[in-house]
Amino acid sequence: MTGTGAGSGLRLEGVSVAFDGTTVLDGVDLTVAPGEVVVLLGPSGCGKTTLLRTVAGLQAPNAGRVSWDGLDLVTVPTHERDIGLMFQEHVLFPHLDVAGNVAFGLRMAGVPESQRLERVDRVLELVGLSGSGDRAVGTLSGGEAQRVALARSLAPGPRLLLLDEPLGALDRALRDHLVAELGVLLRRLGQSAVHVTHDHDEAFALADRIAVMAGGRIARIGTPAEVWADPRTEGVARSVGHRNLVDLDADGHCALGRLGDGPGTVLVRGDRVGLDAEGVPAVVRSVAFRSGRGEACFELDGLELWVPVGQAPDPGATVGVVLEEDAVVPLAAD
Amino acid sequence: MRLRRLGWAVAVAVPAAFLGLFFLYPVASIVGRGLTGEGLDRLLGLPGSSSFRSVAWFTLWQAAVSTALTVLLALPGAHLLARFRFRGRAALRALTTVPFVLPTVVVGGAFAALFDRFGLDEGTFRMRHTVWAILAAHVFFNVAVVLRTVGAYWEGLDPRIEEQARVLGAGPWRAFRSATLPRLWPAIAAASSIVFLFCTTSFGVILILGGPRRATLETEVWRHAVWRGDLASATALAVVQAAAVVAMVVVANRLQRRRSVAEHPPGRRAVRPSRRLLAANLGLLAGVLLLPVLVLVERSLAVGDGYSLRHYGALADRADLLPVSALVAVRNSLLFAVVATGLAVVVGGLASLVVVHGRTWASRLFDLGLMLPLGVSAVTLGFGMLVALDEPPLDLRSSRWLVPVAHALVGIPFVMRTLVPTLRRIDDRLREAAAVLGASPGRVLREVDLPIAGRAVAVGAAFSFAVSLGEFGATSFLPRQADRLTAPLALFRLLGTPGDLLRGQAMALAVVLMLLTAACVLVIESRGRSGSGVVRGDL
Repeated sequence: MTGTGAGSGLRLEGVSVAFDGTTVLDGVDLTVAPGEVVVLLGPSGCGKTTLLRTVAGLQAPNAGRVSWDGLDLVTVPTHERDIGLMFQEHVLFPHLDVAGNVAFGLRMAGVPESQRLERVDRVLELVGLSGSGDRAVGTLSGGEAQRVALARSLAPGPRLLLLDEPLGALDRALRDHLVAELGVLLRRLGQSAVHVTHDHDEAFALADRIAVMAGGRIARIGTPAEVWADPRTEGVARSVGHRNLVDLDADGHCALGRLGDGPGTVLVRGDRVGLDAEGVPAVVRSVAFRSGRGEACFELDGLELWVPVGQAPDPGATVGVVLEEDAVVPLAAD
Repeated sequence: MRLRRLGWAVAVAVPAAFLGLFFLYPVASIVGRGLTGEGLDRLLGLPGSSSFRSVAWFTLWQAAVSTALTVLLALPGAHLLARFRFRGRAALRALTTVPFVLPTVVVGGAFAALFDRFGLDEGTFRMRHTVWAILAAHVFFNVAVVLRTVGAYWEGLDPRIEEQARVLGAGPWRAFRSATLPRLWPAIAAASSIVFLFCTTSFGVILILGGPRRATLETEVWRHAVWRGDLASATALAVVQAAAVVAMVVVANRLQRRRSVAEHPPGRRAVRPSRRLLAANLGLLAGVLLLPVLVLVERSLAVGDGYSLRHYGALADRADLLPVSALVAVRNSLLFAVVATGLAVVVGGLASLVVVHGRTWASRLFDLGLMLPLGVSAVTLGFGMLVALDEPPLDLRSSRWLVPVAHALVGIPFVMRTLVPTLRRIDDRLREAAAVLGASPGRVLREVDLPIAGRAVAVGAAFSFAVSLGEFGATSFLPRQADRLTAPLALFRLLGTPGDLLRGQAMALAVVLMLLTAACVLVIESRGRSGSGVVRGDL
């Protein structure tokens, strides 16, 4: 799906960055095809932001190659890269109004004024802020400011859009709403994008492919379904939201039975655990609700198991749990 | 790269040369003369002189009492501004800037008008030429300083702490005393130290309102240097004065630095003040700030038993005691202010760049050095220039640049005070955002840095223009050419001369000067508000 020539999009090969001798990016390889949305997922400090800044040209790599359609980008200055970047804090120009902010990139590109006005109107409409062009940026709410920042990044039609936790500063409900909107918008525009987040729900909602980062490297990359079903390492499993990492004894045993051939850690996928009176008895410790869906915590012999449930059992009750197909996934240590 | 280095060399050299030549060298000359030969003899004789002791004592106690009165009268207003939202709040804040930039001679004129209007020139309740007149004028000048600094600090205090005290059974007054006042002390101490400094170095107010018998160190330096031509005594006094000022600036700086608290008051719905609180506060502030100004305007229009614009018309005619008409003096002042503001913006702007982007040592040195003219009194500045710049190697006695240069020195700190914080607050990510959107480095400077800093430059320029228009202390020392008389000097001479007609002309001239500085305040307030609130790339 990715070549090296025309139309192949962004390609990073062995990109490394170090600050004062501390390695932040350690030989990163990554491709982003035209129209593809890749989400970089990982905890803070894992190098996600540095990766984006390197692609944007705000940070020079110590080693490696960054190219677009096979052409080297490393020597191209930021303002000539045709790559958009949306910051975590929206960083709107305080001296310009909403339309002035959105039109900035178009002005830099020398787009004539009539086309500029038209384009600004259209982009503001896309982000749901029609008619807000003459508002001062100081009067915008947090969500509105993010929409303006998005419109500003989209307006010049960059060949690649980089989004650095653009929704991190917003509250949960607004974030969920904007994530959904953003996904629809990016697909509708066929916009290539690299989106950075530490929130796995956000990653799964947006990504064509998810790249899980840890310690300056890409630990796992694949479609959301692939990464979810086979995270491969403990760190990646935790990053994508798995909670049931089970230690096995020397014989591969745990409270659920024999899950492996020897010692180690396996993942027990919560979405592949069923309730059956015939199953292994477990005590219901607690039930949490999110968005109306229950997630129960079962305890069996010192082992805690988190399982999404439709009908929530009463805490304290005893139920039987069974492992369905593909429930157990072997994991390597990090 | 070479161009860049050349640019930096200019940015460092120009302010350094300006400050060195026109400030450090003159001040050093005074100190040099005061500590050698005849000057030293006089200096050593000062402690034994009873007249010096009484002057020093008066300087200190009038400043202390002025400061106490100012703080007392400003606290209710600071409370109002800090804790309440009401219609006219912005106007009130704007109003409090006015006295800050109002020329001392105008304030002197306003109080003279006040005493004249209410018959306080003579009799049992005589105010004219008493210490009461001085105290009143000092309160007028400095209430705004306390109101603004303490008010802003108070706004940053978490009101829930007072509310907690109330819940625990403290009455409103008790809650203020036990929960608010202790936390407010750092701001009050810092504001007081500044007001005290202003009052000890007050010059025009003492000269105009104190009359011939009230003297402070500042006015004594002037009397010796300008009236008696006794430069030796004047330098001795100036050295004492400069040493005292330096000591006070050090203390004030200490107090300023201590004032950081990390309280995060919750964002809240605006609280409206009760009508009684609002009325009492506004009444008090109006009495202190507005009354003298209104009476000044009234007096400038009063002719005999009626009112007319005759005094204003007379400004175009030359009065006998002035070498030129008052109108020409106003024109001179405007010209000087334009040049001084230009100098202040260029020198202050370059110095601000060095402070923000320069190496640590250069940054510190410039930050401190170019603020000095603000701390050191205007009298030291003017007297220093008089002593140092009227003989070879640098004879500027007859230069038309001398006055604007002196004014620029006073204006530079204002330019820097507004520009440096703004430049510091321009977020690096704003520049990055512009670059990502296709702006080249030069374009970033033009599209991001300059427009944002432009507002601050406008505010600093307006301040420095207003300061130049009203500058009296330093100017009164400089050798004067008759045809280059400034408006404040003309006003001073008119005020000091008896006679109803001249008095009326003085009032009219004071009103004109006041309106000109008020126009600067309008620029400051409109630009300042839109600029200061939004220059935060991170919000």
